[in-house]
Amino acid sequence: MGSPNCLRTMIEVRFRKQLPGLALDIAFTAAARGITALYGRNGSGKTSIIRAIAGSLRPDQGRIVAGDRLFFDSQSGVDMPIHERRVGYVFQDSRLFPHLTVRSNLMYGYKRSSGARRFGFQMAVDLLGIGHLLQRRPHNLSGGERQRVAIGRALLSQPSLLLMDEPLSSLDPPRKSELLPYIEGLRDEFGLPILYISHAFNEVVRLADQLVVVDGGKVLRSGSVFEIASEPELSPLIGRFEAGSVIECIVAQHDDDVALSTLAFVGGQLRVPRVDLDVGASVRVRIRSRDVALSLSRPMDISITNRLPGKLLSLTEREGPYVDVAVDIGGVTLRSLITRDSAARLGLEPGLQVWALIKTVAFDSRSVGFMRRARPPSSVIE
Amino acid sequence: MSMFALSALEIEALSLSLRVALLASAGCLLPAIGIAWVLSRTRVPGKMVINVLVHAPLVLPPVVIGYLLLLGFGIRGPIGGWLHDTFGLRLVFTSAGAVLAAAVMAFPLMVRAVRLSLDAVDQGLEFAARSLGATRIDAFLTVTLPLMLPGVLAGLIMAFAASLGEFGATITFASNVEGQTRTLPLAIYTATQVPDGDAAALRLVIIAITLSLLALALSEAIEQWARRTVYGP
Repeated sequence: MGSPNCLRTMIEVRFRKQLPGLALDIAFTAAARGITALYGRNGSGKTSIIRAIAGSLRPDQGRIVAGDRLFFDSQSGVDMPIHERRVGYVFQDSRLFPHLTVRSNLMYGYKRSSGARRFGFQMAVDLLGIGHLLQRRPHNLSGGERQRVAIGRALLSQPSLLLMDEPLSSLDPPRKSELLPYIEGLRDEFGLPILYISHAFNEVVRLADQLVVVDGGKVLRSGSVFEIASEPELSPLIGRFEAGSVIECIVAQHDDDVALSTLAFVGGQLRVPRVDLDVGASVRVRIRSRDVALSLSRPMDISITNRLPGKLLSLTEREGPYVDVAVDIGGVTLRSLITRDSAARLGLEPGLQVWALIKTVAFDSRSVGFMRRARPPSSVIE
Repeated sequence: MSMFALSALEIEALSLSLRVALLASAGCLLPAIGIAWVLSRTRVPGKMVINVLVHAPLVLPPVVIGYLLLLGFGIRGPIGGWLHDTFGLRLVFTSAGAVLAAAVMAFPLMVRAVRLSLDAVDQGLEFAARSLGATRIDAFLTVTLPLMLPGVLAGLIMAFAASLGEFGATITFASNVEGQTRTLPLAIYTATQVPDGDAAALRLVIIAITLSLLALALSEAIEQWARRTVYGP
């Protein structure tokens, strides 16, 4: 990455807007590839940000650029009309046209696009698995099918940028897991930049490369998911018990007799419940701080399989009885949430050699995400 | 002559009524969609005034509307005088005048029906269309209008039915001229004014009732058909 072509298609968002009850003051840039997640509580201003990018919310002042196209600039008075911006918008409530069939919905943007068409009809239909739905009307679709059609419709409008506003939030958990692989496919198969709004941290961690944390109409932090996800300062926003670390691994081995898989990362290995991926595939694993215990010596007579040696980096006091401990495992930072009482009993202090213990049971399908991309992740994040 | 065959006069009143109602409701259509759009989707100053003016015929006595039309569109009225001098068009005592009177009276009904259906169209769908590359007009024609269709058709039929029954404004403005402005209601009124006209009036009343019931049934059927076509079975 880092070629001039990619730099040119970066997304730059900087604007102010006074809304009733919320003053937006937003500034961030998003990479030209992969998923940039806008993460924050409900009402933090996430949707207003992508509405400003799409053109349905006019900033009081500022500048919005997508690649070499200037969407909005208050200084030079540029305000590109919505239909010329060519952003694919996937709404929370899908917003399929009820009077049109699935096929006509898909073709709506396609017919109105011009020039070289990157996303073909058949390709989108195959990618999203909606070939059997083409003759149906939207009200005859399930929630998950509706969102897949909505994604297809947005793709076929040949967008230069895809905006997804909590596309999974209206779905029940099984439907969510059903749709996630399609979004992962979108991320990995095309170089299309995606801005993805979510207030579900596990979703963000699984999908996004870059994270923009929004709170109270302002950008708190923006940067790589791996860095930000393990920042103790953001725990209050993520939720004390949801906070944790994100680690990139490769599937090293399957042990079908015990239904376990071994994942390798730079700092060692993790044993997790059998993942349905080929050996060699990249996965992203999220380890919640509260699932990590610490020991001063390597415990032998214990059920926990994942025992990782490391060096204690820091201790951060948390509200209530908790202490947030950062441990360096061969270059990867793992966080552990323990009680202040335990920390004192063990005499924990930075520099100490410790063992991080993680139960295999703590990993579930929500914490292990599939990444098809071949290149090492560190080079993707700009 | 059989009891059920219509007399030439009755046929004339009936066909005139149908023609006037058809033209009046068709003429209302585009302005009603325009006004409904302004009232529902824009924030122009003076919206309140437009709203009151449009709905005035619903609350004012029809005779008052007829009189106001006479002031404006009479031969010596500012608009009527101009029409007469420029195009040689006379509204008073002509079926064109009857159409105008019926249209003005039916207009608020049509606007209400269209506006209700417009309010019911999710603006999020229009934004979705815009984000897919549709201009404002394109989005209106391909998304908003089809979704409004059941309401528009209902409004059209309501306006048609109301025009069939219009009396007060028509007789005041366009007067009661046989073959020109004497629609069914006016013919009924005329029949009741002559001695021994009761039987003739009753026949006309039966025709009027039949026509109204047919229009009602038709409106119901068309609305259901439109709903099925737009939103699917």
